Amino acid sequence: MILAWLISILFVGGIGAWLSEKSNPELPRVIALATILLDLLLVVLMLVAPGALGLDAAAQADLGEPGQWLVLYSSEWIPRFGISFIFGADGLGLLLITLTVFLGLVSLGSAWHEIKERTGFFYFNLLWTLAGVIGVFTALDMFLFFFFWEVMLIPMYFIIAIWGHENKEYAATKFFIFTQVSGMLMLLSILVLVFFHFQDAGEITFSYFDLLGTNIPPGYAFWVMLGFFLAFATKLPTVPMHNWLPDAHSQAPTAGSVILAGILLKTGAYGLIRFAIPLFPQATAAFAPTAMLLGVISILYTAKVAFAQNDLKRLIAYTSVSHMGFVMLGIYAWTSQGVQGAVMTMLAHGLSAAALFMLAGGLQHRIHTRQMDEMGGLWGAAPKMGFMALFFTVAAVGMPGLGNFIGEFLVLLGAFRISVAAAAAAAIGMVVAAVYSLIVIQKVFHGENTHKLELKDLTTIEMICFGMMMIGLLWMGLYPQSMLDMSEPTLRSLGVLFFQ
Amino acid sequence: MLELFWLVPVIPFIGFLILTLTFGKLPQVYAGIIGAGSIGLSFLFALLAGSSFLAADITAYSQTLWTWISVGDLEVGFTFYLDGVSLVMMYVITGVGFLIHIYATGYMSGDPSFSRFFAYMNLFVSAMLILVLADNLVLLFMGWEGVGLCSYLLIGFWYTDPNNGYCARKAFVMTRVGDAFMAIGLFALFISTGTLNIQEAMFNAEAEWVVGSGIATAVTLLLLGGAVGKSAQLPLQTWLPDAMAGPTPISALIHAATMVTAGVYLISRTHVLYLLAPDVQYLVGVIGMITLLMAGFTALTQNDIKKVLAYSTVSQIGYMFLALGVGAWGSAIFHLMTHAFFKALLFLTAGSIILAMHHEQDIFKMGGLRKDLPWSHWLFLIGTVALVALPFTSGFWSKEEILASALEHHEGGYLLWLGGVAGAFMTALYSFRLYFLVFYGKKTHDGHEVMGWHLQGPLVVLAILALIGGYIHIPVEAVFPEVAEHHPSLFYQAIMIGLPMLGIYIAWLIFIKGKLDLNKLAGQGFGAKLHRFWYTQWGMDWLYDKVIVSPYVWLAEFNKSDVIDSFYNGSARVVRFCHDIMSETQTGQLRWYAISVAYGLLVLVTIGVLL
Repeated sequence: MILAWLISILFVGGIGAWLSEKSNPELPRVIALATILLDLLLVVLMLVAPGALGLDAAAQADLGEPGQWLVLYSSEWIPRFGISFIFGADGLGLLLITLTVFLGLVSLGSAWHEIKERTGFFYFNLLWTLAGVIGVFTALDMFLFFFFWEVMLIPMYFIIAIWGHENKEYAATKFFIFTQVSGMLMLLSILVLVFFHFQDAGEITFSYFDLLGTNIPPGYAFWVMLGFFLAFATKLPTVPMHNWLPDAHSQAPTAGSVILAGILLKTGAYGLIRFAIPLFPQATAAFAPTAMLLGVISILYTAKVAFAQNDLKRLIAYTSVSHMGFVMLGIYAWTSQGVQGAVMTMLAHGLSAAALFMLAGGLQHRIHTRQMDEMGGLWGAAPKMGFMALFFTVAAVGMPGLGNFIGEFLVLLGAFRISVAAAAAAAIGMVVAAVYSLIVIQKVFHGENTHKLELKDLTTIEMICFGMMMIGLLWMGLYPQSMLDMSEPTLRSLGVLFFQ
Repeated sequence: MLELFWLVPVIPFIGFLILTLTFGKLPQVYAGIIGAGSIGLSFLFALLAGSSFLAADITAYSQTLWTWISVGDLEVGFTFYLDGVSLVMMYVITGVGFLIHIYATGYMSGDPSFSRFFAYMNLFVSAMLILVLADNLVLLFMGWEGVGLCSYLLIGFWYTDPNNGYCARKAFVMTRVGDAFMAIGLFALFISTGTLNIQEAMFNAEAEWVVGSGIATAVTLLLLGGAVGKSAQLPLQTWLPDAMAGPTPISALIHAATMVTAGVYLISRTHVLYLLAPDVQYLVGVIGMITLLMAGFTALTQNDIKKVLAYSTVSQIGYMFLALGVGAWGSAIFHLMTHAFFKALLFLTAGSIILAMHHEQDIFKMGGLRKDLPWSHWLFLIGTVALVALPFTSGFWSKEEILASALEHHEGGYLLWLGGVAGAFMTALYSFRLYFLVFYGKKTHDGHEVMGWHLQGPLVVLAILALIGGYIHIPVEAVFPEVAEHHPSLFYQAIMIGLPMLGIYIAWLIFIKGKLDLNKLAGQGFGAKLHRFWYTQWGMDWLYDKVIVSPYVWLAEFNKSDVIDSFYNGSARVVRFCHDIMSETQTGQLRWYAISVAYGLLVLVTIGVLL
């Protein structure tokens, strides 16, 4: 039940925030804060004291592997079509839920002073997006999953289209079409999958547990798998389906970028790990080399495009695609190190990219431009900002001691076992990442302040947000084992290749 | 005290945290005390731990703080490892580091970013200590990347000048190229030996690898890639001279005494692997020899005092590589240590000269300074004679060992020896060129010695070490395979001692007596071309720029708007185009619709009839 609570609180809080705007436009953000803090409290309880919430792995329904699920809830919804409410969180899910709520708080911090218009509707959308994401991370009924997949999309569309920057309609529409078209393909695949299961077992069901191991005629398996793959790879995103992302990011308000880069992209990776691969093991085995190649192309191609950008947010957006290439590579290597590395990259990139977008958004808010050739020498004017930019850039470059390194190192090691060439090519990513990252520091913070820009350094709220993310990245970098231990049972149950 | 040795790298890190989190609000006095004091404290702990290690009469001691990464068969601990080699490195880093930190409190005083400077310096020392104390290659890599980051931050410390930023980025990116090779090397090593713990990996490799096999060659070559990047050896050496853009204490600490020798440390740390790949080991020696000669020629043509010293560093590390190539592991570490003494001394003295000359670095604008700057003059002379390896200085003992080992190396050693002695001659020539040009000749500019205990104090200590440091015994016998004592015949010894003397004599003839008109020689024809060729690092910067940098920038610029996007925008345009055509047909005129219907019918009927 607790998972349904997590989601419902956000839904209700969102409506509350919307309604409260009438009485006071300052009120919605307070309600949003209270809502997220309440969720955070529940998540922390789940992490540190599962017993207090009555979560007991042994007491669960007879679904899935014993011991894998920390919490599992199931009840009927539309029995006629075999659709039910199945929510479950295992170690992997819980890690991602934690990231979601944590970044929800950060995005709230970045919106706090930035959003001044239609505040009620904004916070409604923000909370509903988060609810959709948590739903995606916990739904174990394919219909329910698809439902949440849509729930997180539409509020995000509004966030970009209403509170975005100069070219927001174009960006929002592009975002919507990309996600919607690929989502439709996934829906089609879900239906075909359910159909094959019906043919095989004679019952209609959307339950993930029932559909696992469905017998699909070999000629069809690839195409059904492809439907899932395209939806998730578009979300991740992977070259050549990545083009919605730079536009969406550069136009979205800061809070939107934080959620997009920090969390929404991770739903794609999560979908690959949870659904696309376990549902179609054979088709995946044949497809994996292609996927790994796409991963490598993403790493190198977008790193090169990022290097040429002048728009700071666009640049960071392209680097996100590059880092997600590592995730793709690690997942499709399907070795324990590869997938664990992908999970660590997801978590670490969630923080580092969110922080960088928050910095870019903060800069735009202060000096009203995203163009780097209109900046320069800002370290002198805003040293705290410079320090934070340096820290998170260095994290993104993959400096050992911070979370991103653990992820990339494990991905490369895991991929090396499967394909030496792919790992070697991806390792070039280490070099080009340094090239595009350091140029940002140079153009924005170093050099002479030729434009005589004056700006206010980071506020207390911003410092708190950045501080939390710094601690998170250091934690991941120095003691990743705490997270690796959580996701390991999940990966074992999904059949990831473990070398002992 | 041995249990507390984890504090050695941690204390500088705490110093870094304090200096960073105060965001420069700390008064300079306190920032200086924390910055230098943390290294001093770390040195103290290193001494205590080291003495109890030596007293305990054990070969190695390791200490696990916690499990870092454990995934499947990969087990990596946050584990420190102390043996003879890491002990020497630890002493050099904390000891020489402490002296340089003290010097820096004087050199950097009054700089508005004083506290930031020491924050980076402390982080550097911490990372460098992690590098040499790591028991596994992942932790070593953490230190490895950490020192690279600090090097970047400190080269570009004076960030308002875009050129400093360029040099810093160049250093970081070029060393990262090597690091990428090294990372792949780690993966290959892990797959074939099943561990990344250095000792275990060497043990397993020795048991399983065939000498000269493909895997041995591949792994050692890849690790060598990392080493040549960090240690500025051929073909990744071009970043180091540019790194001189940083403040002079940085050049002394990072780009002379410690970080740039990390490659030497890496190879000697994994020497068992190199013994299993003799061809690669010999290649290490050849790279060292070629680098030391090339850098020697280039040093001869430079006119910036720090650049001469930078090329001389590249050249001296070449000697260390040469030593590794002939299996003189201990001698490489020995030369690493003596080099740290005399090169730190030279750089810091050069810093004092630069201070005295109001930030003038061109040696042709100096001259005749021995009267004005007596302290600097004598200190620089001591550093120079140690660099040239005049008998009984520290450099003499270590270089002598290396050359003697090369001479007696079974195959191909003679060639390396020849390169080495030729390099010794070059070293004498360019070093005394520098010395004569700065301190003799006509005085053109006035200089005033900047005095202070934190400036001259550390220099005196370093000068003493540069002179007598050759008598220090380094406890590395337990780590490396035993080497027989080398006693070259008198003839060879005479050559090895005589050639540097000859170099000094020729430098004296040219730069004091003016026997050779250099301007005429280097001013025209072939001489000018050669001068230019040497001056520009044998054209390698130019080559890299043309072959790698420019094409990449061009390609990136060319595809700035992401060609894939045009596909999506194109399809959107097609849809819009069709939409426009369709909406054009909706004219609202009845006549138009009637004709369309009629024509449509006609077409349909025709098709029907024809079929």
